[in-house]
Amino acid sequence: MALMRITSPHAHGPLSTAMVMRTVLLATLPGIVALVHFFGFGVVVNILWACLVAVGCEALVLKLRKRPLGFYLNDASALVTATLLGIALPPYAPWWLIAVGVSFAIIIGKHLYGGMGYNPFNPAMLGYVVLLISFPLEMTTWGAPLGINQVGAPGLLTALQACFMPASVDIATMATPLDLLKQNDSLLIANLWTQQPVFGRWAGLGWEWVNIGFLAGGAWLLYKRIFTWHAPVTMLASLTLLAAIFYDSGSSASGGSPAFHLLSGGTMFAAFFIITDPVSSAVSNRGKLIYGAAIGALIYIIRVWGNYPDAVAFAVLLMNFVAPFIDHYTQPRTYGHSKGGGRSS
Amino acid sequence: MAETSYKELSINGLWKNNPAIVQLLGLCPLLAVTGSVVNAIGLGLATTMVLICSNTAVSLIRNVVTDAVRLPAFVMIIAASVTCIELLMQAYTYELYQILGIFLPLITTNCVILGRADAFASKNALLPSFYDGFIMGLGFMVILVLLGGLRELVGTGALFANMDLLFGPGAASWELVLVDDYKNFLLAILPPGAFIFTGLIIALKNRIDSGLKARADALKEKPVKGAKRVRVTGNIS
Repeated sequence: MALMRITSPHAHGPLSTAMVMRTVLLATLPGIVALVHFFGFGVVVNILWACLVAVGCEALVLKLRKRPLGFYLNDASALVTATLLGIALPPYAPWWLIAVGVSFAIIIGKHLYGGMGYNPFNPAMLGYVVLLISFPLEMTTWGAPLGINQVGAPGLLTALQACFMPASVDIATMATPLDLLKQNDSLLIANLWTQQPVFGRWAGLGWEWVNIGFLAGGAWLLYKRIFTWHAPVTMLASLTLLAAIFYDSGSSASGGSPAFHLLSGGTMFAAFFIITDPVSSAVSNRGKLIYGAAIGALIYIIRVWGNYPDAVAFAVLLMNFVAPFIDHYTQPRTYGHSKGGGRSS
Repeated sequence: MAETSYKELSINGLWKNNPAIVQLLGLCPLLAVTGSVVNAIGLGLATTMVLICSNTAVSLIRNVVTDAVRLPAFVMIIAASVTCIELLMQAYTYELYQILGIFLPLITTNCVILGRADAFASKNALLPSFYDGFIMGLGFMVILVLLGGLRELVGTGALFANMDLLFGPGAASWELVLVDDYKNFLLAILPPGAFIFTGLIIALKNRIDSGLKARADALKEKPVKGAKRVRVTGNIS
């Protein structure tokens, strides 16, 4: 007679992959609402179309690889990739741009490396960078911050048209605050601020609320223990620190105040939704501290001294390269073993 | 190798031992200049010519040069043939010569050429060596052109642009625009595209190989399913 022996752990958390992914999807809502409020329905069309393409690609590759379709589609990881990419892309992007980015992210970025859990790079950021270096023009025309309740703002129908029949509509576009700061030709930052109505109170009209939205969603994820505080906190801290060091309170050469950097572009989105990706980031807590800090520093460096206005995707991909290296040097001490890796006596 | 079968040499050069996708030799020019078909053909032709010249010359001197100094001797031969080809291209296809730039003289350092000189030509007679140089060069060129075509197609939506650089003014009209109003997909033309497409071609080759192997296995006689043999644990499936 064999007794059934079940090994520990005996207590199971309710957090399955699918559960985590759905929570993450839910947490993007405040940010998306803010994006819609300030930039119109483009982002919604982006996300929906991206999700459709992502599920299609995922199903196709799973079929080719002879993997169980239902099981992998159900974990919603493709939806998360698509949603994150849809948020990152400029609203009112044409359909083919989104399709190319999402299919590259899912097929090459995720499945060619072995699928869910094996990808060394964050698929959403990979798709974003592919698009950014391939189609720089389309990727840097961002919709003007016309709120949905303003006159002349594009409605849902126009957003659909802009996506699927790009030639038929004109959408008002405008440089983003990060762009403007990069091409700053006025004497003082304060001048630039008053000349350009796109700058809001701290960062950029709309952008501050978008970032606060993602911050709120991220805080909720933190509360739900989807990820630990380490990487986001050090990322924001190192970005703030660098911005504070190099901020000369407003000459034209200045890189913008810490508040500006924290609340513009994709800062909060990256801090809570991109660098917390459990697959492509460093694993141990100490590793996450280093990983986050380096991403924050890279974001500032590329934003201020690089060629591209925003730097989140490049910083994240660069650090994805480094993550295994960080893991190697920050392996936590196993209980009962001494610091050098050998057994303690 | 006493008897060298030309059929075997051909299969080796074109498929089984293809320098570009099996031996992975000469990857630097393979990745760097295959942005378009014309570049690929230009570099492929040049490499093939050099391979033929060097293999022939190495085979001729194989009994004269001692083992100790063979590598310097080979490199001198290769460098001399590369210089000849380079001067020829400078004379007849000047624009292409300028586009290919440093990668023409760099053929000298292409591992395919030294590899074939040392592994084959220095041990074989004149004719097989000549043929090996030709077929290896052809195998290299086929992959170059395939890669150049894929990258040009995905990158610009057209094929055979600027063929007049290589084949004279008459070839200027060869350009095939397959998709009008195509947004250039820069990634395919940039270096990452070269890596991605090379990887895909290698994957395709492996896929075909495993398919062929599976078919060959299926043709072999199979033991009856479920049969049990003495001293075999479990069922034969």
